[in-house]
Amino acid sequence: MIDHHGSIMVENKRTSDKVIYILIYISAAISVLLLAGIICYVFIKGIGAVNWEFLTSVTSVLKGTTGIAGNIVNTLYIILITLLIATPVGIGSAIYLNEYAKPGKLVRLIEFTTETLAGIPSILFGLFGMVFFGTTLGFGYSILTGSLTLTLMILPLITRNTQEALKTVPKSYRSGALGIGATKWYMIRTILLPSAMPGIITGVILAIGRIVGESAALLFTAGSGYYLPKSGQMFSKVFESGGTLSVQLYLSMSKGQYEIAFGIATVLLIIVLIINFMTKLLTRKFDVSRKK
Amino acid sequence: MKNDSISIIGSRETKRRSETIAHAIFIVCAFFSVLSVISITVYMIINGSPALTKVGILEILFSSDWSPTSATPSYGILYVILTSIIGTAFAILIGVPIGVMTAVFLTDVAPKKLAAVVKPAVELLAGIPSVVYGLLGLMILNPLMYKLELAIFKGSKTHQFTGGSNLISAVLVLAVMILPTVINISEASLRAVPEHLKSASLAVGASKIQTIFKVQIPASKSGIITAIVLGVGRAIGEAMAISLVAGSSVNFPLPFNSVRFLTTAIVSEMGYAADMHREVLFTIGLVLFAFIMIINIVLTKILKKGERNDD
Repeated sequence: MIDHHGSIMVENKRTSDKVIYILIYISAAISVLLLAGIICYVFIKGIGAVNWEFLTSVTSVLKGTTGIAGNIVNTLYIILITLLIATPVGIGSAIYLNEYAKPGKLVRLIEFTTETLAGIPSILFGLFGMVFFGTTLGFGYSILTGSLTLTLMILPLITRNTQEALKTVPKSYRSGALGIGATKWYMIRTILLPSAMPGIITGVILAIGRIVGESAALLFTAGSGYYLPKSGQMFSKVFESGGTLSVQLYLSMSKGQYEIAFGIATVLLIIVLIINFMTKLLTRKFDVSRKK
Repeated sequence: MKNDSISIIGSRETKRRSETIAHAIFIVCAFFSVLSVISITVYMIINGSPALTKVGILEILFSSDWSPTSATPSYGILYVILTSIIGTAFAILIGVPIGVMTAVFLTDVAPKKLAAVVKPAVELLAGIPSVVYGLLGLMILNPLMYKLELAIFKGSKTHQFTGGSNLISAVLVLAVMILPTVINISEASLRAVPEHLKSASLAVGASKIQTIFKVQIPASKSGIITAIVLGVGRAIGEAMAISLVAGSSVNFPLPFNSVRFLTTAIVSEMGYAADMHREVLFTIGLVLFAFIMIINIVLTKILKKGERNDD
């Protein structure tokens, strides 16, 4: 053995480096193991509860059935109404910030409030929704109250994603369209929005994920009803109380009905996986169209 | 909508009108968020402040006796506030080092293939609904904590057994829940460190680890602070995940005590609270809102400073 001590040709291995490498690997492993653990645990415990009857019937002592069909329908209602309001407003706000507004106090105020909205915890949205939409506007515990509350909550998400998408549209597209005489609104409608569409859709899908997982903001606004809408009353259902899957999961959990809770958790995780997969796919498509 | 076309025959008047209308609509949309924040602020203050004057500010904020339903009710939320602060602090102490290390792993240490596993895992962790975390905390952590509790307080006569719903369980759940936030933001800021800083450090003979901890992390300081502040916001505002895990009585936040956070007090008592009790719950909401606003203002300050440094 030649004595390498002090030679610059040999890397001097420091023990502290090794320890830190090990810590780094452990930290990274924690996230992966946590995720794998969560998914496996929930699926093993919950997959037994998920069957056709569970998905298509309503919990009823009379018929002796346990099911989450009502909650699924409520969730769909809330997703639909929330997006119907939040998407146009969010996109409009992003268009204003990106295309019309000149940098200044006003833009800073709008961006600050958008940030603030994104930072307010969902339980506070719940309190606000309960007193404003529920009591002041008189909608009570209803799907409408819940949807309006969630609208405020997901607005920043849609605005920010649309803004990001608009930023990636090349300047030349804008000047090209304006140069041949298109008006601004016409340019936005026919050039900008179509080019930014994948980014906007990604935002909407992320918003769906947020709505599906939300419970604190809905508990005191949309309530906990779990019945299916009666035939011919599809519209008036909007004014009735309706608990989403997440809310029902919380209620089942606090009542100690763990089998139903794990069943719902399994369904929720599957939805989360699908949403994640879809956004990945869209983002990839988005990247490709940008390279062209 | 014939007149909307770009045909030069289209009337200029109609075109101009539709332009103005479009512009106006976009402004209204943009002001929606301003309006929302203003009305939330106003409503939180209107609903949260009456109890403060009726019961007395000192009585509510600095008394530790919370018995809203007893014959002579008392509405001290000191322990609730302390629980939120201490619980959040410990969640940050656990979550941030792990998060930053994972970010370092993703940016500088991991072989491409491993990073391709860890990154999506982190994204998925962020997407899991908070109630699911709560369910897992309740089913996995609490039984573990109960065993630990039985072992530690064996024979103790003063300890109130909680069945495992305690501060530690809640802190662990919160630490896991802030991980994705901390990882994503630290990762982005680590990636933004200029390559030449790194090369210079390596060139003078620093090891990779020295470079990471003495050059890259200090250089991305403002990003990592942002990550911490956002983590605090996430942890202090989380309700559903910890409402069952943390227990159901108001106590001083000791590790094995059953505790109530600001958020969980609202979630578990709003359902049946009436009159003054209900008003005090809104005051708790107002306190939480104040915390969040402070966090937001600190955050904008940091971001602004970061921007200035970039110039």
